[in-house]
Amino acid sequence: MARALLRPDAQGYFGPYGGRFVPETLMAPLAELSAAYNRWSRKRTFRNELRDILAHYAGRPTPLYFASRLTEKLGGARVYLKREDLLHTGAHKLNNALGQALLAKTMGKERVIAETGAGQHGVATATASALMGLSCTVYMGAEDCRRQRLNVDRMRLLGAEVVPVESGSRTLKDAINESLRDWVTNVRNTHYILGSVLGPDPYPRMVRDFHRVIGDEARRQLKKQAGTYSPDVAMACVGGGSNAIGLFTAFIEDRKVRLIGVEGGGRGETLGEHAARFDGGSLGVLHGTRTMVLQDREGQIAATHSVSAGLDYPAVGPEHVLLRDLGRVEYTHVSDAEAIAGFQLLSETEGLLPALESAHAIAHAAKIVPHLPKRDIVLINLSGRGDKDVESVLEYLAEHQDDAVDPEIAGVSVHPAVHKWGTPRGGQR
Amino acid sequence: MSAISEVFAECRRDKRAAFIPFLSAGDPNLQTTGSLLQALVMGGADIIELGVPFSDPIADGPVIQSASVRALEAGTSLSGILRLVARQRDRLGVPVVLFTYYNPIHVRGVENFAEQAASSGVDGVLCVDLPPDEAGEFIQAMRQHNLDTIFLLAPTSTRDRIAKVQASSTGFVYYVSRTGVTGDQGALPKELVKQARRLRRKLHHPLAVGFGINTPEQVAAVAKVADGVVVGSALVKLVAEHGASPRLAAVLEERVRQLTAPLR
Repeated sequence: MARALLRPDAQGYFGPYGGRFVPETLMAPLAELSAAYNRWSRKRTFRNELRDILAHYAGRPTPLYFASRLTEKLGGARVYLKREDLLHTGAHKLNNALGQALLAKTMGKERVIAETGAGQHGVATATASALMGLSCTVYMGAEDCRRQRLNVDRMRLLGAEVVPVESGSRTLKDAINESLRDWVTNVRNTHYILGSVLGPDPYPRMVRDFHRVIGDEARRQLKKQAGTYSPDVAMACVGGGSNAIGLFTAFIEDRKVRLIGVEGGGRGETLGEHAARFDGGSLGVLHGTRTMVLQDREGQIAATHSVSAGLDYPAVGPEHVLLRDLGRVEYTHVSDAEAIAGFQLLSETEGLLPALESAHAIAHAAKIVPHLPKRDIVLINLSGRGDKDVESVLEYLAEHQDDAVDPEIAGVSVHPAVHKWGTPRGGQR
Repeated sequence: MSAISEVFAECRRDKRAAFIPFLSAGDPNLQTTGSLLQALVMGGADIIELGVPFSDPIADGPVIQSASVRALEAGTSLSGILRLVARQRDRLGVPVVLFTYYNPIHVRGVENFAEQAASSGVDGVLCVDLPPDEAGEFIQAMRQHNLDTIFLLAPTSTRDRIAKVQASSTGFVYYVSRTGVTGDQGALPKELVKQARRLRRKLHHPLAVGFGINTPEQVAAVAKVADGVVVGSALVKLVAEHGASPRLAAVLEERVRQLTAPLR
């Protein structure tokens, strides 16, 4: 099984999922990209250069941290955090952006483009472009520009052009549409640094390969720090699914490890109110790949909602769907409210502000860890830091200060915290 | 011989290129589209390309994107479009090609779609994000129902891609005049003439050229090197400008007449 998973077939399929559903203009360039990636990713020179940049520029390996206060608070299994929030630029996204930017440079491209949701992939791409002297344009939904303004400013300061996308739901999906339109127009001199395990082949496998360092490191670190290569549970949030695949890949063959992916459950179960593709989605074709998609009966792509911009997307990486079919990974989702509670939980117990994306994994951990034996180990990928989300969290708390606290995450000092800080809109009861 | 092939054969006898206008179905609503199809034929359309609106039209520029939004807001669905074709096809007397993204077909099942499209009188289908490499099942279903499968070629297409498109296409092959999305306002690319000539020699199908053809002069230039000329955004723009006006059909017919003048 593992071999089949790690190597999609010649057409880029993970079982029945994946493929290359793109306009003809992109087919030859994708074949060229695929060939270049296959060639360079095997070369020692390329691998050494990337490894060197990751170590001395980006800050790998990132630490594995035993979260003792969180463990104590939850009263069950021991919780370890893989600290991708400590990677340069504050999220795992840089692993892939550096890998692809180096590939783009090797291929002789002068310009790169990227889409971004939460802004972390955009910041990572702007950073990699500055480092390698590439011109960089980032497409970002106008709604996301608003809620992740800090990252927009960072990208601009890094020398990238940020283009707010006003079409559709003005979020990640629309940013990908616009990136594909740019790419189809400028494909001769431009490489598209797609930011998740999405899109046409070779992206899902290439992005996965650039991120698998997360799980590979964690496995070795766990052996050193906890005496075992195998956590009982490894979990991560899933938007497109890049940080999750990056963590899971090292453990897929290790059947003792239970793998859990956490999607954005949003604010309700109705189509349009969430980003839980495994629960509310069906098989579809979006952005070049056949996968689980939130859509209506006519095949029109549905709007999504998540408090976290990085999870606010109607499709999921094709490899995840195969992993689900095979029963190797469980997928679940937590609501906006639970994610905010997870954010507060980690902030107050460990002094770590998690990205709202990662806070979904923390929130799910808060539900299951108390029920697991104390000798068990739960490994969570802390995929990014939460500075970018401070405004969103305060805004959420201000709007929801009258809501009842979810009983499942009770025991954590959640929403009332807003009273300590006041609110940006000044609305105390 | 399919109705589409017959049109190209007839045009070849007349030593002229076929004119293939495109409209977004359901913009501003399906009823209006019905009357506009008639106007296209009156103006001189040889084949009609009918766009199926999609929520995420990655191959389209702003003009057709907006048209898709208007059509979807008006409640347009693939089922509704097929019913419209069923009502109109015989009266129109020219072949209808659906220009669509793959997901609306995928979701209803390729076999179901082919059956429904054929029984509605659709002549051919062009799926803009379904290259031949992914189209095995699609082609099989379409063949079974005698529907033509039209695939795209682009300036980036390599020799083996041209061979693949050649082998998978029936009716005609659609050459995308430039790397880019629909509706470009600029001049036609310099290499277009050379590329179209080269392709026309290689292909045993008629070659239609589209993307960014807006004026009668451009139609005339492309008609010299192609078997068919597709005009889309320029017409969709008219619909946007005159959407609510009772004169829309007349305006459209007149514009098609101007665009087809160089072909007569």
